[in-house]
Amino acid sequence: MSIEIRNVTRSFGSFVAVNDVSLTVPSGELVALLGPSGSGKTSLLRIIAGLERPDRGQVFFEGEDATVRDPRLRRVGFVFQHYALFRHMSVFENVAFGLRVRPRSARPSKAEIQERVMGLLKLVQLDWLAGRLPSELSGGQRQRVALARALAVQPRVLLLDEPFGSLDAQVRQELRRWLRRLHDEIRVTSVFVTHDQEEALEVADRVVVMNQGRVEQVGSPQEVFDRPATSFVMGFLGHVNIFHGRVEAGRALLGPLAVDWPEHAAAEPRAAAAYVRPHELDVARAAAEGNGGIWATVRHVNAAGAVVKLELEAADGGPLRVDLSPERHEALGPRVGERLYVQPRRLRLFLDEAPGPAR
Amino acid sequence: MRESAPPLPPPVEHRIRYVREDPAWVRWSLTLAAMAVVAVLIVVPVVHVFAGALKDGFGVYWSNLFGDPDTRHSIRLTLTVVPVALAANVLFGVAAAWAIARFRFPGRTLLTALIDLPFSVSPVVAGLMFVLIFGLQGYLGPFLRAHDVKILFATPGLILATAFVTFPFVARELIPVMEAIGDEEETAAVSLGASGWQMFRRVTVPNIKWGLLYGIILCNARAMGEFGAVYVVSGHIAGQTDTMPLRVEKLFQEYNLPGAFAVASVLTLLALLTLVIKAGLERRVPSERAHVD
Repeated sequence: MSIEIRNVTRSFGSFVAVNDVSLTVPSGELVALLGPSGSGKTSLLRIIAGLERPDRGQVFFEGEDATVRDPRLRRVGFVFQHYALFRHMSVFENVAFGLRVRPRSARPSKAEIQERVMGLLKLVQLDWLAGRLPSELSGGQRQRVALARALAVQPRVLLLDEPFGSLDAQVRQELRRWLRRLHDEIRVTSVFVTHDQEEALEVADRVVVMNQGRVEQVGSPQEVFDRPATSFVMGFLGHVNIFHGRVEAGRALLGPLAVDWPEHAAAEPRAAAAYVRPHELDVARAAAEGNGGIWATVRHVNAAGAVVKLELEAADGGPLRVDLSPERHEALGPRVGERLYVQPRRLRLFLDEAPGPAR
Repeated sequence: MRESAPPLPPPVEHRIRYVREDPAWVRWSLTLAAMAVVAVLIVVPVVHVFAGALKDGFGVYWSNLFGDPDTRHSIRLTLTVVPVALAANVLFGVAAAWAIARFRFPGRTLLTALIDLPFSVSPVVAGLMFVLIFGLQGYLGPFLRAHDVKILFATPGLILATAFVTFPFVARELIPVMEAIGDEEETAAVSLGASGWQMFRRVTVPNIKWGLLYGIILCNARAMGEFGAVYVVSGHIAGQTDTMPLRVEKLFQEYNLPGAFAVASVLTLLALLTLVIKAGLERRVPSERAHVD
């Protein structure tokens, strides 16, 4: 079941939560809506589910306008951030709920309900907890019950609101890999909301990066990470070092850095910035040839982890972060207080809207 | 970790005088004073009610209660008025709590305040309000008389007055419960295809049932004992509009002390029963509320 969102707008008072968003989710894909809080991702998800009404625009399921449909008839499975399990019902009854409330003519028989619910509980590996109350389960188990409950109505679309938001780090990692495998198994068109870029990049087929009610970029995890369309996407998908400056006559001048930028050949100068990821910076003891570099003092070395993180202070006082491979770190042996020459191997140039909100 | 911790400084507890360590004579005299007040103001009168009622033996007690047709009628009337008022208040209370806990609308704060009004208005004034509305000199009186509808000095008036005075109990119990539970489960029920009624019956009611029951019990206790508002709207017609509390007063005025005590003892018994159920619920509800998170 494909989803198409056409020019959807939703405001709350003067705050525009979703601003003229259009988006297509192909059938069978797992799509992440990624953005900071207040970016409109949850509002958009609730509009798809029919839990909220758009001020303008439409939502189509397989070409059919779903905006006019009662949420009860949309056949959407919704997994809530805080699970929203029925606290007075057993795990079994929670999952069976969507089947039991069907009109008599469409309601499966007792035996069928039993079979379907136990099948789903096996799928989420919780069949041994069918008789428990939600309060007797761990967070991860509750989330899986919520998922089984949403799947019980055989939804055409599965929507998940921050599905791992309230779990601790280890359970979260486990559960998101499990969700990816589950999706490969059942292949129902799914959209999940997250503010965790790592989660979006790891789990989703496609990532929709949102900011201030608008879609900044849509693409595969690799696309949005390697070729960010805007400085916001670049800044949101991981740590960046930002060099502010200007561009004129096809050349960007960013403090000590100077690079060619043929796309902007106009003579009048414009503010611009270069975004460089920590692993795209080289450090050395001596100045090297190239686009120029910057001298900076090592302030902190954190060698715990798969990469060694260096914090440096540039001559102009700005902080820099550099990630080194353990091998390079060992070869160089940087010491705190030492001055090193920092040079970008690769940088991305963006015309400046305003100096740096990026993280 | 523990081995490497530096030694703790020596305890300084002797210098701190804890609040709980008031001298024994203070604790004992306060406790005794409280006990004495409760005994004089509550225990002795309650015991006296039963003693007075049973003074001439159980046979007399029984005939005082059920031998007098007016007393019999008053018991029947109370058992009619209270359930109807209670049912109306459950309906209004749930509706009001739902509106206040689930929706944001202009006038919401005002509505919340108005729900408490019956608590702050004297019951006698409440009764007078109904006389002003439904009485012959009132706004609706002539109209009602023309259509042969009796509200004042009849059972409908008693029900209205009782319902008004006990209105806040159910709503006030439910609003915090519903606010604490939130609407996520209800939204989940709708997203799973439940109709509004199915959502209410299968999700909302089980979640609020203890609060609701608690409110009903308090409301019931207050409704049975209601005197002031009912006194004003009843017109004191023996055998027609006298509820049990009014009957007690009338018997007392007629110097029929054994009869007054007999009816009073039934009211007291019902109150004690309510207290027991309420205590039982309170013991139960915290363990239920633990499931909220």
